[in-house]
Amino acid sequence: MAATAPAPRAAVRVRPKDPWPRRTVDWLVKNLFSSWFNTLLTLVSLWVIYFTVTRVWRWATETAVWAVIPANFQLFLVGVYPRDQLWRFHVILGVFAVLTALSVAAALNRDFGRKAMRWLVTPWLLFLPGSMFLLWGLPGSETLPHVQTSSWGGLTLTLVLAAVGIAGSLPIGILLALGRRSSLPVISVFSTFFIETVRGTPLVAIIFMAHLMVPIFLPGVTIDRVIRAMIGLTLFTSAYMAENVRGGLQSIPKGQYEAAQALGMSPALTMILVILPQALRSVLPSIVGQFISLFKDTSLVAIIGLMDLLGIARSITANPAWAGLQAETFLFIAIIYWIFCFALSYGSRRLERMLGLERPS
Amino acid sequence: MSDNREQAARNGGPAGPGSGRTRVRPRPARRIRWDDPTTIWRIVIQVLFLAVIVAVGAFFYRNMTESLRSLGLTFNFRWLKLQAGFGISEGIAYDLTDTYGRAFVVGIVNTVKVVFFGIVFASVIGLVGGLARLSSNWLVRALATVYVEVFRNTPLLLQLLFWYGAVILKLPPVRQAVNLFDRVFLSQRGAYIPRFMLVEDIGGWRVFFIAAMAVSVAVYFYRRRQLMLQDRPGFPSVWALASFVVLMAGGWLVLGSPVTVDLPVLQRFNFEGGLQLTPEFTALLLGLSVYTGAFIAEVVRGGIQAVDKGQREAALALGLRPFHVQYLVIIPQALRIIVPPLTSQYLNLAKNSSLAVAIGYPELFNIGTTTMNQSGQTIPVFLVIIACYLSLSLLTSLFMNWWNRRLAYVQ
Repeated sequence: MAATAPAPRAAVRVRPKDPWPRRTVDWLVKNLFSSWFNTLLTLVSLWVIYFTVTRVWRWATETAVWAVIPANFQLFLVGVYPRDQLWRFHVILGVFAVLTALSVAAALNRDFGRKAMRWLVTPWLLFLPGSMFLLWGLPGSETLPHVQTSSWGGLTLTLVLAAVGIAGSLPIGILLALGRRSSLPVISVFSTFFIETVRGTPLVAIIFMAHLMVPIFLPGVTIDRVIRAMIGLTLFTSAYMAENVRGGLQSIPKGQYEAAQALGMSPALTMILVILPQALRSVLPSIVGQFISLFKDTSLVAIIGLMDLLGIARSITANPAWAGLQAETFLFIAIIYWIFCFALSYGSRRLERMLGLERPS
Repeated sequence: MSDNREQAARNGGPAGPGSGRTRVRPRPARRIRWDDPTTIWRIVIQVLFLAVIVAVGAFFYRNMTESLRSLGLTFNFRWLKLQAGFGISEGIAYDLTDTYGRAFVVGIVNTVKVVFFGIVFASVIGLVGGLARLSSNWLVRALATVYVEVFRNTPLLLQLLFWYGAVILKLPPVRQAVNLFDRVFLSQRGAYIPRFMLVEDIGGWRVFFIAAMAVSVAVYFYRRRQLMLQDRPGFPSVWALASFVVLMAGGWLVLGSPVTVDLPVLQRFNFEGGLQLTPEFTALLLGLSVYTGAFIAEVVRGGIQAVDKGQREAALALGLRPFHVQYLVIIPQALRIIVPPLTSQYLNLAKNSSLAVAIGYPELFNIGTTTMNQSGQTIPVFLVIIACYLSLSLLTSLFMNWWNRRLAYVQ
C-alpha cells in the first residue's frame, strides 16, 4: 500500500517540483545570468554592494561615535520641553494608540465597521486641537502650566507643524480650488494668481517671508515664531492642495451636476453634498502625498532657527561636546524621517487599493 | 519645495488633473444679459470680494508704512543702486564696491549655473534609475528601488547638510586628496576637475567645424530621405552624428587638437590649474541631482509602464528588432507621458536650489537674505527675489511646454 500511495499524487501534479538546488539555480539564471549583459550587470551590482557595504560597515563599527544618539535621545523626540511635563506626551501617544487601534478594528470589521468609523470621526477631528491645547497648557494654571513654543522641539514640533499645515491648508485649498474654477472672473483671477505665485516661489522664501513680514504687517501684535512658521507652511501647502482638489473636481463627470440639478438642488448644495465628497475621496491619496511632502518640508523651519528634528540635529552638531559628528546625527534623523515617510506612502498605496482608486495599468 | 508626488504617481492616469493643458473648455460667445437677476448678483459678489481684498490690502499697507517709518525706512527700490559692501565667495566678476543690483546678478548667474547642471545630472541619473527599476535583472532592480526609496523619503535639506557637513568637509585635506585617475581630485576644498580650453589659434578649426556641421546635416537629410523611400525604420541622427565624429577625428589628425586640457596638479599648498568646484557648489549640485534624480526615476518608470503592452507586441509582430521597438515605439510614446511631470520636477529643482542658503552657496536667495540684513529693505528685496524665481519658473515651463507640444500626438 505504501508503495502505491504516491502514484495518484504524482499524477495530479502536472509538473513534479524540482529539488531546491535546481529551483534556486533556475531562479538565479533567469533573474541574474540570463545573458552576457545581464551577467555583467549582476557582477557590477555585486561589486557596488560589496564596496558600499564594507565601507559603511567599517565606518559604522570603527570610526563612528554612536554615543551622540542615546545621550540626546530625548532632545530628538521632544526638544527642551520641561522634563516634569513629559506626561502630556504619554497622554497624547496613548490617545493616539487607542484611536488608531479602534480605527483599524473598525476598518477590518465588515458588520459594524461603517457605523464605528462614523463615531470615530469626531475624536479624530478633536485629536489635533486637543493635543495642541495639552502641549500649550493653560497660562496661569498650576496643574497644567503654559509651555512656551520656544521649548517645543524635536520630532514633536515636526509632527505638529506638518499636522497643522495639512489641517489648515485643506479648507483654504478647497476654497482656492472652487475659486479658480469659479465663473466669476474677479474671484478666479485672484485664486489663480495666488496659486501660481505661491507655486512658483520656493518654500524657504515663503517661510522667511512669514517670519520677517508678519511683524511688519501686524505691528503691535507679537505672534509666536512657531505660529509664524505654521502660517508660512499653511499658505504654501494650500496652493498645492488647491491644485490637488481641482484635479478631483475635474474628475467628476458632468452628469453628477445635471442629476443634482434635476433633483432640484441649489448649486451650493450640489457642491457640498454631491461634488466635493466624491472629489475629495478621489484625491485622498494625493492629499496623503502632500502630507508626506509637507512632513519633509517642515525641516526648512530649521533655517529660521526653530528646533524641529533637523534644527535639534544641527544644534547638537554645533555643540563642542559632539563636534564633528554630523554623519551619525544626520543619519539617525534621516532614519526617523524615512520611517515616517515610507510608512505613510505605504499606507497611502493600501488606501488607494481599499478605495478602489488604483489607476488602470 | 513641493515634490509633487501625485504628479509622478498619477502620470499614467487619464488626463492628469493639475495639468491645465489637457482641459478644453469651449467658451461660447457670451453677451451680458442685464435682464437676468443672476447677472446682478454676480456683479455684486465680485464687487464685494474686490472690496474685501482692497480693504485687507490697505490695512496691511498702512501697517507696513507705519512699521517702516518707525524703522526709518521707506518703500522703494533705490537700494539696488547702493554699494553692497559684502563679499561673495564665488561667481562672475564682483567687487566689494559693486552695487546690490550687481550682487543680485551674481546670485542669479550662480543659481542658473547650479540649476542647469543639476537638471542635466538629475535627468541622466533619473533615466538610468528608471530603466534600472524596470530591468530584468533582479539585483539591478533591487538596487534602484533602494536608491529611489531612500532619497525620496528623506528631506532634501537634510541630504544637503549631510553631503556638505558629513561627506565633503570630511574628505581628506588637499595633500591627501582622493585621486581619481590623476584627472579628478576630491578634497575638503572641493573637487578639482580638468578644464578644457579652446586653443588660441582657432581660425582653421572654425572653418573646418562649419564644414563638418554642413556635411553631417546633409547626411541627416539624405539618410532620412533614403529611409523614407525604402519605408524602413532607422536613425538618421545617428548617421549624422557618426559622420560628424569621423570628420572631426580627421580634422584632429590634420590640424591637431582644438582644445587644450588643463589638469589640476598638486603643488606645495594647493592644486594649480584645472577647475576648482567649491565644497558648497559640489554639495549642492550632488544633493539636488541625487534627490531630483530619484523622483525623475519614478517619472520615467511610470511613463514607460504606461505605454500599452500591445504596442510592444505589435511592433515585435511587425518584425522590428528589440532595439528599434524600444527607441522607435516605446520611448517616443513614453516621452509624451513623461514630459509634464518631468517639467514639474525641473521646476522643483530650480526652486529647491534656494536651500543653498543653509550651506552657504551664494545663489539668488542667499544673496537676497544678505541684502535684506544689510539694507533692512525686507519687502522690496522679497519682491525682487520672488520676481526672479517666477521668471525662472516661467522660462523653464515655456521651454518644456514647447517641447511637450512638439511631442504631442498629431491625429
